[in-house]
Amino acid sequence: MRAPTERHTIAVLVDNEAGVLARVVGLFSGRGYNIESLTVAEVDHTAHTSRVTVVTSGTPEVIEQIEAQLRRLVPVHSVVNWTTSAPGIEREMALVKVTGTGDKRAEAQRISEIFRAHIVDTTHNSFVFEITGAPEKIDNFVDLMRPLGLVDVSRTGVAAISRGPEAM
Amino acid sequence: MDRDGTELKMAPPKVAGALELSGAQMVIRALKDQGVKHIFGYPGGAVLPIYDAIFQQNDIEHVLCRHEQGATHAAEGYARSTGRPGVVLVTSGPGATNAVTGLTDALLDSIPLIVICGQVASHLIGTDAFQEADTVGITRACTKHNWLVKDVDDLSRVMHEAFQIATTGRPGPVVIDIPKDVQFKKGPYTGPQAVKHRTYRVKSDPDLGQIVKAIELMANAKKPLFYTGGGIINSGPVASKLLRELVALTGFPVTSTLMGLGAFPASSPEWLGLVGMHGTYEANHAMHDCDVMICLGARFDDRVTGKIDLFSPDSKKIHLDIDPSQINKNVRVDVPIVADAAKALKEMLHFWKTQKKKSDAPALKDWWAQIDQWRAKKSLDYKASTKLIKPQYAIDRLYALTRGRNVFITTEVGQHQMWAAQRFKFEEPNRWMTSGGLGTMGYGLPAAVGVQMAHPGALVIDIAGEASVQMTMQEMSTAVQYDLPIKIFILNNEYMGMVRQWQQLLHGGRYSHSYSEALPDFVKLAEAYGGVGLRASMPDELDAKILEMIDSPKPVLFDVRVDPKENCYPMIPSGRAHNEMILSDAMEEETVVSDEGKMLV
Repeated sequence: MRAPTERHTIAVLVDNEAGVLARVVGLFSGRGYNIESLTVAEVDHTAHTSRVTVVTSGTPEVIEQIEAQLRRLVPVHSVVNWTTSAPGIEREMALVKVTGTGDKRAEAQRISEIFRAHIVDTTHNSFVFEITGAPEKIDNFVDLMRPLGLVDVSRTGVAAISRGPEAM
Repeated sequence: MDRDGTELKMAPPKVAGALELSGAQMVIRALKDQGVKHIFGYPGGAVLPIYDAIFQQNDIEHVLCRHEQGATHAAEGYARSTGRPGVVLVTSGPGATNAVTGLTDALLDSIPLIVICGQVASHLIGTDAFQEADTVGITRACTKHNWLVKDVDDLSRVMHEAFQIATTGRPGPVVIDIPKDVQFKKGPYTGPQAVKHRTYRVKSDPDLGQIVKAIELMANAKKPLFYTGGGIINSGPVASKLLRELVALTGFPVTSTLMGLGAFPASSPEWLGLVGMHGTYEANHAMHDCDVMICLGARFDDRVTGKIDLFSPDSKKIHLDIDPSQINKNVRVDVPIVADAAKALKEMLHFWKTQKKKSDAPALKDWWAQIDQWRAKKSLDYKASTKLIKPQYAIDRLYALTRGRNVFITTEVGQHQMWAAQRFKFEEPNRWMTSGGLGTMGYGLPAAVGVQMAHPGALVIDIAGEASVQMTMQEMSTAVQYDLPIKIFILNNEYMGMVRQWQQLLHGGRYSHSYSEALPDFVKLAEAYGGVGLRASMPDELDAKILEMIDSPKPVLFDVRVDPKENCYPMIPSGRAHNEMILSDAMEEETVVSDEGKMLV
């Protein structure tokens, strides 16, 4: 009966005023929408605009409502759905801590090279890897590290931008 | 979208000679510049500087309510009956939290409210200070927008933006939270004309391509129906006038939501009555069977649609709304028009005339014949009685005896509200004030206070229930203080009638906590407040008492003792379609709602 759930990445350009993130997040929780990841930072320090990138999931009807409801928030400049309206590039960064010695440690380092992760901290029995890529790539990396002594993961959530010369 | 980074949100330049005012004075000055004449409020510690500024001027009259919820509903009644925003002034903490119900009510019914709250001094925010509450946090979900003003230099801009946001586009409530130190501090005042919001834009002009598509559908319709809502009323009296013109040109039938009553005159032959859960048989069957539905300023609320997947299955739907988020929210539509109702109706009329469109007369004749068959069911009929006052009879008599007068009706929430909506005939917009979306018991009495403030000579009647009216009874005191001769017409059936009805239909007649025990003597209560108390228990004494109520120069509590067992029909039970209505003579005792329906409200 119900249309299948789809994953969408939505960018929201907002005025960086007090409480603006709470408005965005409150909209999602208040109306029962999902947030899979959310990133936010000021992108223009003179205009004081921030860019919120939300990865959400829902039926096409729900996604349409999410966009419409976001546009209704007063401090919102614009809303773009990178999944439907423009081809976008998505990247996420993660810091991944793996502990171990011997073969497992060597294997962790070998896999990190395949994934082009950087080692940003090391002790005799631990690494912290910095890895950037699409969320699925990070998922795969984390899964591979799990049996090799994974102890901690910190992910930034998705940042997204369109391909080509056009701005948002 | 405006992404021009140059238009910065800066404090107004400190021009030599600019008007220097304290924050409190700025609030009053801004209200004055916005044309505000009355505000409703309640003082307290964190808002004293503004009350001090009120004391020292005569341009704006402050109405002291007895509870902040009462103040918000009074402001709603004021707004809904005038088309102007309602303004409320309350203190921090409990003052603000008491306003939350009125804010939510105004949000769901699109009523422009400006609620100004005092807040503890800036340096105390976050310290759990006395009467501190996170007002912007609490009201974020129940306002169109809100502000905490930390710098007095921002205050006049925020005040004017607040009016702009509350009154334009889809109207709604806003909150301005002002710390006490900001009310004392001085800064430059700027007038309303200087304000241009950075991001807030309203699209009110219709896309003409969509209008043409709509006209095309309408001209080819065999079974058309106008389904109108509160958006027509919010757009202003011009929209109601244009709607009448369009109906006169097309000859299409009209039904309306609860919020839209009065936009189209109930005396017109095209009027089918209220639609939805307690709508008429003809309106709901027409909704179900129509082939072109023209929804104007309504939002396909669950009280209107019934079971959504059985809602008007074979119709093409035109949907006019000023709020783009309403399009395709509950029901997929074929021709969306995002615009102000009056502007869109003007274009629809223009294109209908210039393209020389005609309704399909033979088809329309058949459609009306079908509608007349549904009308013949007389779905609002009830069993008359000479022993008991039937609530329907009471409303019919109230209507008959107030016809031709300058009448405004407010209601509480429940059976009496639905009977009033079904039976009281409204000919004009802004005459009917009721809590639709939120369904707030206790709305009607304070709303009547607000309406009477705006219309001193008018006959303002709150059609009430004995349960609802006790929720905000304290506002009788406000009515007495300000010589507001509001009439509280209580259909007293000693039950929370709609709760009792649902318990009868859904819960096996187990009337859990729906009996109004230990009721006050409303006649003595009225007298205690300094008003007039009346009571009627028999049908034959009703007319004289109603006339006595109308002629009284004071606020009146009229305790109308009605049949306690009467149910409100017709009714679409939860989880059923429009063509599965139950009528009054159907079944009274059996359970009619499926288990699935019981899950709904």
